[in-house]
Amino acid sequence: MKPSREVGIVGYGAYVPRYRLPASEVSRVWTGGHGGVPVDEKSVPGLDEDTATIAIEAARNALLRSEVDPGDLRSVWVGSESHPYAVKPTGTIVAEAIGATPAVSVADWQFACKAGTEALQAAFALVGSSMADYAMAIGADTAQGRPGDALEYTAAAGGAAFVVGAREQSLAYLEASYSYVTDTPDFFRRPYRHYPEHGGRFTGEPAYFKHITAAVQALLEELGYKPTDFAAAVFHQPNVKFPQRVAQILGFNKDQLKAGLLAGQVGNTYAAAAMLGLTAALDVAKPGDRILMASFGSGAGSDAFSFVVTDVACERQARAPSTQAYIARRAPVDYALYTRYRRKLQMQ
Amino acid sequence: MRDVSIIGIGQTDVGERWERSLRDLAVDAVVAAMKDSHAERVDALYVGNMLSGELTAQEHLGTLIADWSGLGGAEAYKVEAADASGAAAVRLAYLGVASGIHDFVIACGVEKTTDADAETTNAAWSYGTDAEYEGNQGITMPSMAGLLMRRYMHEFSVAHEDLAPFAVIAHANGANNPHAMFRSPISAAVYAKAGMVADPVGMFDAAPLCDGAAAVLLCPTEVANRFASRPVRIRASAAASDRLAIHSRNDPLFLRAAHLSAERAYMQAGVAPHELDLFELHDAFSILAALSLEACGFAGRGKAAELAKQGVFDLQGKTPICTMGGLKARGHPIAASGVYQIVEVVQQLRGEAGANQIEAHLGMAQSLGGTGATAITHILEA
Amino acid sequence: MNVARYWRTEKTRYGLVGETCRICGEPIFPPRDLCPHCTEAGQDVRTFGGKGEVYSFSTVNDAPAGYSEYTPYTVALIKLQEGPLLTAQLTDVDEPDVHIGMPVEMVTRKLKEEGENGMIVYGYKFRPVIQA
Repeated sequence: MKPSREVGIVGYGAYVPRYRLPASEVSRVWTGGHGGVPVDEKSVPGLDEDTATIAIEAARNALLRSEVDPGDLRSVWVGSESHPYAVKPTGTIVAEAIGATPAVSVADWQFACKAGTEALQAAFALVGSSMADYAMAIGADTAQGRPGDALEYTAAAGGAAFVVGAREQSLAYLEASYSYVTDTPDFFRRPYRHYPEHGGRFTGEPAYFKHITAAVQALLEELGYKPTDFAAAVFHQPNVKFPQRVAQILGFNKDQLKAGLLAGQVGNTYAAAAMLGLTAALDVAKPGDRILMASFGSGAGSDAFSFVVTDVACERQARAPSTQAYIARRAPVDYALYTRYRRKLQMQ
Repeated sequence: MRDVSIIGIGQTDVGERWERSLRDLAVDAVVAAMKDSHAERVDALYVGNMLSGELTAQEHLGTLIADWSGLGGAEAYKVEAADASGAAAVRLAYLGVASGIHDFVIACGVEKTTDADAETTNAAWSYGTDAEYEGNQGITMPSMAGLLMRRYMHEFSVAHEDLAPFAVIAHANGANNPHAMFRSPISAAVYAKAGMVADPVGMFDAAPLCDGAAAVLLCPTEVANRFASRPVRIRASAAASDRLAIHSRNDPLFLRAAHLSAERAYMQAGVAPHELDLFELHDAFSILAALSLEACGFAGRGKAAELAKQGVFDLQGKTPICTMGGLKARGHPIAASGVYQIVEVVQQLRGEAGANQIEAHLGMAQSLGGTGATAITHILEA
Repeated sequence: MNVARYWRTEKTRYGLVGETCRICGEPIFPPRDLCPHCTEAGQDVRTFGGKGEVYSFSTVNDAPAGYSEYTPYTVALIKLQEGPLLTAQLTDVDEPDVHIGMPVEMVTRKLKEEGENGMIVYGYKFRPVIQA
């Protein structure tokens, strides 16, 4: 898929909360410290953080890099599975906070972990159709896993935001995008339930791997590229192993994964995961680099994108804190403090 | 303008008065003030109170207290100026008599803080700050005092223990006040070891919220001798305001309202600070004691703690403060404190201060609202 | 439901939107109808940059109703680069690391929730500056 008008990323911004829960803390409490862990540690939001506050900071960073007047944004779209309100948009809070109201389209998007990339795809379309000069898409989450569940090791918090604009102004222009979707209920959360259900190993082959490989292969075919044409590849990262394996299946090597594989240090930031990987890759990208991003959302689908970094990227990288700067800002918490921060203690 | 005197005083014991309600306390104080004089009628009752609506669901307080005190028919209402509410009631009573509109007016200060849980009381007390730009940030009165204290320590190179004398003086004096909440002296070592309420505000830097009521009865000086054996003249009554929020003040460590109201009072009475025999100041927090002394001309900027250490503000010192325990040891029943201060100055001027009696002819009381945005100063003469 | 009073001051709270006095030119935060410096009416909207330093700070251990779940937290007076002083919580910092003069930057965070069914109130807080 490609818009008629050439478009790209004009600004990007990341956010990762300060607190970290080492996976060893989860295993200490639930498995007596036995067994492997899927990540080293995961990010934990502070008591005063939620998807809206995370989205706001990522959005501000994206605006700093783009130098676009927030009043010129025609969309503020927030993808998340942890919107603070069940009814009432997160996007209005974000749009008001960054000064983008009122001449703006605001919506909250939902598609498990690919809620952010579908918003991004639509933002490209909005600008690509010339309905707007600038559009913003954000992926942000404060994910929760049931105590003791495999997801508790990884369910994390973070956000990434992108200002989309015309290719001439972009730091990375879009070559094409592709979405691959089927009805595959590998993971879901019913209304009023606090924690999601997942299909265990069913989340792997028929879900994550099938959808990402199909989307990426179709995109590569459409563009006529081979994996070696890319400087970096970023995949949805629910843990460290899945993106490594899907890269291997598709023919990407570890060096291509390196810049954008953050799960080991921040866990699975859900709607932000692939997008945050892309911000980290853009932080270190050089002009001419081609970058692949492929998200995965349970339910299930994958959005794949191919970008080429432009000459203006370097000067914009330094205008806001890098993704690694947020990752380096870490304060470890133990399981007890984690249960307080994530409001797992019964107070009433 | 007529000259005004105090012919009756009344006060309840201060503390956690579980058995006495808001109205019980106020009635106790009003009745005591009436009994203390020979006046037979009361034209008006002003009740200084901050939180009756919030903590006891009771407004229309002036009329309630008039009714239950047997003052049916008198003009009556509640006056609110945060912690300075009681002092504001005294000032209104003064204005009423001085203007010639009323002859006999009672000012009562009352607060009942123990009818609500601590969180609610904490929140309600902070309503005296700017709700949208201070209160919204989850501040509390102790933390507001903490902001002032930390900056004071920083700007004037004052250590935490340097502020100990204010708590030590208050507790030493409170020990001999039968109405005081805390009646044990403390040492500087005990002060230094205490836990933190709102760092750097320690336990002994903060006056306790509690229950209590005090009242004074005023009449024209020209007839005062007919109604009291030892009337006390009000030589000055003055009030001033400052920016409500600390962050809006040009110099947060200078209590402008305290300064202005004291200057106005000095001018009205024709006296200078060094002529005053005692100063009942608003030590809701030890930092406010220091800042009050500096604003009112008893110490240079940043020098109050040093003078306190030298004994200047002890009972035997040049200008005794908190002679009956101050807010710190007598207790701080928020709106009532301003009236307790007046009652205590009257006790000293009448020679009724018991073990804490000092040689006193002229005394000053100053009550602050919140972090000093309101200041009401009275100078009394034996 | 108590929403109007939070909604009314939202821009100020979310993004440090204050004013510049058209008469005396002074920066104003929080915004007021009459300039606190010259008492004249007439201000232009101005968004403050969000950088400043800690002017003073204190810790809240016993919180007022609505804030208890966040204790202990640090409140501070912040001197904005543009001049005004304001009151705000510090966040993402441990109190022993705070000092007067510490450079801080504004972030928008949750101030409180009006109970489980009520609205979430967001507003400015400050945290140590993250280097770009």
